[in-house]
Amino acid sequence: MNAATSDSPRIGVYVCHCGSNIAHMVDVEEVRAWAEETLKGEGVVVARDYKFMCSSLGQELIQKDIRELGLNRIVVAACSPHLHEKTFRAACEKAGLNGYLCELVSIREHASWVHTDKAAATEKSKMIVAGGVKRVRYDEPLDPLRVPIHKRTLVVGGGIAGIQTALEIANAGYPVYLVEREASIGGHMAQFDKTFPTLDCAACILTPKMVDAGEHPNITLLTWSEVTRVEGSLGNFQVTIRKKARHVVEDLCTGCGICTEKCPKKVLDTVFEAGLGYRKAIYTPFPQSVPKYPVIDVENCTYFVKGKCKACQIFCPTGAIDFEQEDEETTVEVGNIILATGFQTFDPRRIPQYGYGRLANVFTSLEFERMSNAAGPTGGEIVLRDGKTKPQSVAIVHCVGSRDRRYNNYCSVICCMQSLKFAHLVKERTGAEVYNFYIDMRTAYKGYDEFYQRVLSEGVNLVRGKVAEITDAARLPGEEGKLIVQVEDTLAGRQRRIPVDMVILSVGLEPRKDAYETAKLFGISCSANGWYTEKHPKLDPVATMTEGIFIAGACQGPKDIPTSVAQGAAAAARVLGHIQAGEMSMEPIRASVDEARCSGCRICNGLCPFNAISFHDDRRVTEINPALCQGCGTCVAACPAGAISGTGFSDAQVMAQIEGLLWDVRV
Amino acid sequence: MNKTFEPVLIGFTCNWCSYRAADLAGTSRTKYPPNIRLVRLMCSGRLDPTFVLKALAEGADGVLITGCHPGECHYLEQNYKALRRYHLLRRTLQSLGIEPERVKLVWASASEGLQLAEAIREFTEEIRTLGPLRWNAQAELRSEEVPLEAVP
Repeated sequence: MNAATSDSPRIGVYVCHCGSNIAHMVDVEEVRAWAEETLKGEGVVVARDYKFMCSSLGQELIQKDIRELGLNRIVVAACSPHLHEKTFRAACEKAGLNGYLCELVSIREHASWVHTDKAAATEKSKMIVAGGVKRVRYDEPLDPLRVPIHKRTLVVGGGIAGIQTALEIANAGYPVYLVEREASIGGHMAQFDKTFPTLDCAACILTPKMVDAGEHPNITLLTWSEVTRVEGSLGNFQVTIRKKARHVVEDLCTGCGICTEKCPKKVLDTVFEAGLGYRKAIYTPFPQSVPKYPVIDVENCTYFVKGKCKACQIFCPTGAIDFEQEDEETTVEVGNIILATGFQTFDPRRIPQYGYGRLANVFTSLEFERMSNAAGPTGGEIVLRDGKTKPQSVAIVHCVGSRDRRYNNYCSVICCMQSLKFAHLVKERTGAEVYNFYIDMRTAYKGYDEFYQRVLSEGVNLVRGKVAEITDAARLPGEEGKLIVQVEDTLAGRQRRIPVDMVILSVGLEPRKDAYETAKLFGISCSANGWYTEKHPKLDPVATMTEGIFIAGACQGPKDIPTSVAQGAAAAARVLGHIQAGEMSMEPIRASVDEARCSGCRICNGLCPFNAISFHDDRRVTEINPALCQGCGTCVAACPAGAISGTGFSDAQVMAQIEGLLWDVRV
Repeated sequence: MNKTFEPVLIGFTCNWCSYRAADLAGTSRTKYPPNIRLVRLMCSGRLDPTFVLKALAEGADGVLITGCHPGECHYLEQNYKALRRYHLLRRTLQSLGIEPERVKLVWASASEGLQLAEAIREFTEEIRTLGPLRWNAQAELRSEEVPLEAVP
């Protein structure tokens, strides 16, 4: 028991109805009366209830009591502290009471919303209030820690969301590191041909932004690079970035492309061309790559594999090829981090009945994007796998791997519009008969439903039903040599077999396969599906629960280009807010050692993952560095002498809360 | 009035995962029995085993300890320390003559409101089956004064 209870506690208890959110399941008046009567001995001077404690009138009620009744401790029984703790602390501060002398206990999330027996929920609420009252007696006045914010920002991921984020911050005048693991920024958007619903060409609208990012004096572009280590916290992160060896000296390379031209080795491009086309062993992913410098793929380069060739080096006019180049590690200091690491597409091999990988003319949406792209492997020709035959009929299957309990139960958001775009492109370029197979048509954003109407008017066949199988086993006349789509047409109410030449699977979006490792690296969390968790799903969609780390784009969940751009800009605005404020306040929850009580046993020494604990050999005592301490309290729990105390969660506070929570059964 | 034994439970939650899971259970109106009363800590690593003993001594029939899944700790690895202490604590309880099943550790991430509610429901039933703890003679006395009818 470290902290002693304050002089003489004068506690005010405020019970919130939250409209009917609490009041429908908890007898608020009974809780109030009980607290006022029963907890008098604990120092409760007044207990009130109010319709909405968080409203300005509710807050004024508290402030008035602080001033007039001389309250020195406040307990608010309302919603979760994650929602309104700041509100009530600020209200107390305004009335001259330190905000940390206010406890917000939840009788909404933890009682009224989860229970069905009003008497039991009311009794439980009384205990929750008693827990708060007992605890608040041991609360100490604290001041939030002020952390200076480093002006540099790190953006991870160079897709459209990351590019937008970096540009917003750079345009505001602050330096940004933009890290991208591939050889060029651009992300998935650079692979696309047209973008829905306007059908403007993806490259035409993306490449100017890429160039802006590449040339911006405030943006340091680190492509072919990955983050390997993150230390520190809001305001001052130390991030280690591994620059993979390009084997091309950036200072000398002019991006002329002769090396790529002369390289004798062709490699199947499974990244940018989605396995549909080839690249060289020294390459830039696409002609408009930013930066313009190529990379050598050492796994396939003839020189690296066989020890001879060096064609690129021989022909390079500036001597920029360096086979000896090694990976480099640099550590940068940044104040905030934005993750825009994007998504990957669902692998349709996981649904064997759709035949992808087995039936040649079943394509994925990403393959079709490359095929329909004028700069792609077929020069924009929509053809079968043989590379020349135009399809007479095309099936487009929606929701592949999405909205399916066996794979991903969520909607991938973009597939309906993407599939309609494909239908339009196929119709426009080949005149083929097009069948779209959908479960529900989801075209809910500006201009989207209009696009759907347009595609309908173009004569595309829309079949409502989940495709059961795609097969080349002909059973009926007219099916020979075709792919047969077996489907239950739920509008016509019958089974159909539709023979087509080509099938496009609109594959869903998934978190990147290393999303979890990345989340761990940065200390943020993932949802059950693996998407990064935002601080609040509605009101704080770009912040994370880790201060100073933000998320933007599809790493947070499936989303289209306009939403990714909006999120990128939103995340940038949040970071700029931090930078301009110059410093931010942080919870003052830290551990400290009472040297007089420390026996020097060193039990705590090995417990801190942040290296905040050090041992002084001369004095035989342990010390905790408050700048490194993150406030988990593990060492506090471990100290056998009770010499370590944790602010905000001291032994006395927790013990008192337990006593309060067990008020009815204590003996 | 229902006279069956209603266990009183204390649940220790981590600020970053299980406390938020409990919030999420509330926001999504997932129902669970009202027997549990939650305490928020910054981390399951903060859980001093004496907190558990304190809860049992003060009249709780069971204690649920919750934290982030292994590998997901907000403070990197402190939930592993909670796990170690949990195993030691269960042994200690046994040697004190208390069923170790009265203390249970479950992992729940911030997105697992449903799972946490289910774990609470399960634990409530487990302790209901075990019956009241009656840590000390005082409790014994009290139970004589107010007979707990239909105690299994």
